[in-house]
Amino acid sequence: MTEPSLFQEILDYGNRANPWPLYEKLRSQPVWQEADGTYVVGTYREIYALLHDPRISSDAANLLPEFAEKAGPLAQTGNLPPSFIRTDPPRHDTLRRIAMRQFGPPHRPDRIDKLTPKLAAIVDRLVGDLAGRQQCDLVDDVAYPFPVAVICELLGVPEEDEPRFSQWVGPLVDSTGKSSPELTKMRTDAIQQLGMYMFQLAQSKRANPGEDMLSGFVTDDGPDGRLEGGDLFSALILLLVAGHETTVNLIANGWLTLQRHPEVLERLRTEPDFSVRMVEELLRYEGSVHFLPNRTAVADIEIGGATIRKGHPITLVLASGNRDTDCIPHADRFDPDRTGNVHLAFGNGVHYCFGAPLARLEAQLALTALAKRLQNPRLVADPPPYRPSPVLRGPVHLEVAYDGVLPA
Amino acid sequence: MRVVVDLTKCQGYAQCAFLAPDAFRMVGDEALMFDPAPSADQRLKVLRAAAACPVQAIQVDLADLPTPPPEQTVVAAKGDRLRREGRVVIVGASLAGLKAAEQLRAEGFTGSITMIGDEAEGPYDRPPLSKQVQTGWVHSADTALPRHRDIDADWRLGVAATALDLDRKRVTLADGQDVEFDRLLVATGVRARPWPVPEEAALDGVFTIRTRGDAAGLRERLMAGPKRVLVIGSGFTGSEMASVCCELGIPVTVAEAGTAPLVGALGGVIGRISAGIMREHGVDLRTHTKVNSLQGEDGKLRRAVLSDGTTIEVDVAVVALGGIRNVEWLESAGLAVGVWGLACDAGCRAFTAAGLVTDDVFVAGDVARQPQPMFGYQFLAMEHWGNAVTQAEVAAHNMISSESERWPHLEMPAFWSLQFGHNIKSVGVPPIADQIAITQGTVESRQFVAAYGYKGRVVGAVSWNQGKWLDFYQQLIEQAAPFPLPYDMTNPPPDRTPVPAEFPERVFPAHDATVVVTGHDPSERRATLVGSSRRR
Repeated sequence: MTEPSLFQEILDYGNRANPWPLYEKLRSQPVWQEADGTYVVGTYREIYALLHDPRISSDAANLLPEFAEKAGPLAQTGNLPPSFIRTDPPRHDTLRRIAMRQFGPPHRPDRIDKLTPKLAAIVDRLVGDLAGRQQCDLVDDVAYPFPVAVICELLGVPEEDEPRFSQWVGPLVDSTGKSSPELTKMRTDAIQQLGMYMFQLAQSKRANPGEDMLSGFVTDDGPDGRLEGGDLFSALILLLVAGHETTVNLIANGWLTLQRHPEVLERLRTEPDFSVRMVEELLRYEGSVHFLPNRTAVADIEIGGATIRKGHPITLVLASGNRDTDCIPHADRFDPDRTGNVHLAFGNGVHYCFGAPLARLEAQLALTALAKRLQNPRLVADPPPYRPSPVLRGPVHLEVAYDGVLPA
Repeated sequence: MRVVVDLTKCQGYAQCAFLAPDAFRMVGDEALMFDPAPSADQRLKVLRAAAACPVQAIQVDLADLPTPPPEQTVVAAKGDRLRREGRVVIVGASLAGLKAAEQLRAEGFTGSITMIGDEAEGPYDRPPLSKQVQTGWVHSADTALPRHRDIDADWRLGVAATALDLDRKRVTLADGQDVEFDRLLVATGVRARPWPVPEEAALDGVFTIRTRGDAAGLRERLMAGPKRVLVIGSGFTGSEMASVCCELGIPVTVAEAGTAPLVGALGGVIGRISAGIMREHGVDLRTHTKVNSLQGEDGKLRRAVLSDGTTIEVDVAVVALGGIRNVEWLESAGLAVGVWGLACDAGCRAFTAAGLVTDDVFVAGDVARQPQPMFGYQFLAMEHWGNAVTQAEVAAHNMISSESERWPHLEMPAFWSLQFGHNIKSVGVPPIADQIAITQGTVESRQFVAAYGYKGRVVGAVSWNQGKWLDFYQQLIEQAAPFPLPYDMTNPPPDRTPVPAEFPERVFPAHDATVVVTGHDPSERRATLVGSSRRR
């Protein structure tokens, strides 16, 4: 048995609750090459530079054959074409522009803004449902159902279909980053059933369009045309998966951090607007997306005293970059008053997180509502049990005891 | 509330446009327009937008900041009289002047600051004047720059500085007052170059566009529905004005003496692309064409006679022939001034006429002419928004710092323009290049990046609707990377072979023989400026 590498230690589930000392070691050297040929980068400057480097590809076709077989799970969507997250410009720009046309500026600038009251109402309902108990699982009771309800609202899934819909979304999201025969089967079944459902929903939207994104996808052609067949379904799956576990984890990591910093929790209760910068700091300090895997060099790149070889996979450890004290003063301190917070929680460059504005609002609204309404909240276990994934990191459950729930 | 966005930093992530859609708008895929004075009910949304900006480019007024961060005052070292009670005079109350004052206070300077400005108004932002203001989204009066901190200054507005006495360290104002200083910052910027024939320039309907007053007057005239607008010159301001006219549905003719628009800044290859876009949008673009005369009736502009032999009926003419640096007030001060500005070292300390560096006179912004170590120590003046900010910060820091703590101003020049729905950004110094090569994307899609090379090194880059890549090119320039780029990239263009960049031959101010040297012994050798900047 050889010693596990630093990166293997990071992947080890035993270190999930506290990867930060390992990240600090990771940053002692900007670029690490793993025995399997993967390059791991954990320093802020180098991650930032690589995210803006046109020699980096998101297209698995640029991997050398020996790496292509092991391409990450996000690439495995059955027979579907890759979603825009796994393409490079110009195809990436076109697909993303078509999707953005139904989501935000320039074509629908106020889609998310207009959704704000609806989001607040969903949060109020979920937090209200915690009344009459002394304990809840913040993940199952709030952090998880919230984004499901939001995506249903955005896509135009009728309210009565929501339970069926979340039944398929669950296995799809849960299986991200894991593989076992059962999970793969569950995932494939979920994709099939969800696909059938979305197909029928799309048909009915085509005949009878509403204001939702799906109606837009099937009726509103921009200058770039529309997403057809596989491209449409890939984009929908991407929006579902990427919009889910990330937000669930952001809210759960957020609540955990607030409980560990009671003075900050108190300010969230009392200071208006405090959630705005607090959530930015949270994204930096305890963001959900710890790694960006699935990048490849299309040329040799000299960076951070090393050479990243063409065709090799690259993993960018965003969460480590966000705690890089060389670039961020007192990076290990949770400081919501921090100014000039330029974190990498949503990536950077052309692949910058599509759903970031929504994630920000969701976290601001959910954490504020919880802080204001839960009376005397206490963690039942610290650290809580974590999900297995080192890529999208967060508690699988977050049990919180409390004395009561104030009205909204 | 007041807002300004550092569009040099902006990479078009659109987070602000999502979160505060009434205050921030995307034009095309990545160009941002903003309302510098959003209404009070937008406050929370604007704060959300500012916090979410991935490059932290949005600045709001001190009063609108959520929780004022704890004062990061650097406690002045004992005996550091200058930091405690020094007198700083800043001439020029615009972007650079304001940023310098804020930097002084941020670094714990507790002495006096006097802000002198020839305009009656406090510091305001100029880029919106040729864009948002002309299209009517924003009123020219609403472009005041936000205050990032309290600068506690003595404001002398509406009164120009007229002279500088270096020996007695005082600035004389137009109203006859003298202001004494320990440290002076020259941030007087440039003014619009007027139409050279005074009687024609005075015609009603002839505009330059530099001040709020200019912008308000022009906007009013555009609203009145002119038959045709003549834009004279097609640099950035001229091209942006042509774009505005198209957006407003006003017929527009552009007269450009050179081969194409933007040639001076970006060269002939890019200029042809720009010309194509203008013509696609219906602009009557006349290259190789000068305006021979502007003619009026009853004091009002009626027509223009062009060098191509045609006469066009116009009721509005926008003179966009660049700027004149405001250095006349320094002519007898013994400093190194000329049509290219006031020369200074990389630490923003002004040079005397003899090329000696001063200790007390600093310069920042459009009026500064500074050696660029990255570009062979050439003296370059940069009329860029971002340059005004960073130079002001360096100048302010150096003013109150000891020699060993001074900073060099090594910022990479960068600018942007927004026209015909296209976001154009540039880094480095393209005009010194001899070659250009498309490196990413295609010209046909109007989404591409081109790199500029000079003698085998990358010296600049320009992006069309691809601004998120420019940080990469900036690094290449800083590292003096080889040109043409020797490696594969994603989204390769069909042809990446370098071609001549086609810049006009560079004009050196040789006719502007500004200095005579006198004396023989080292102790008596002196250089004196002779009537330099009067001949232009």
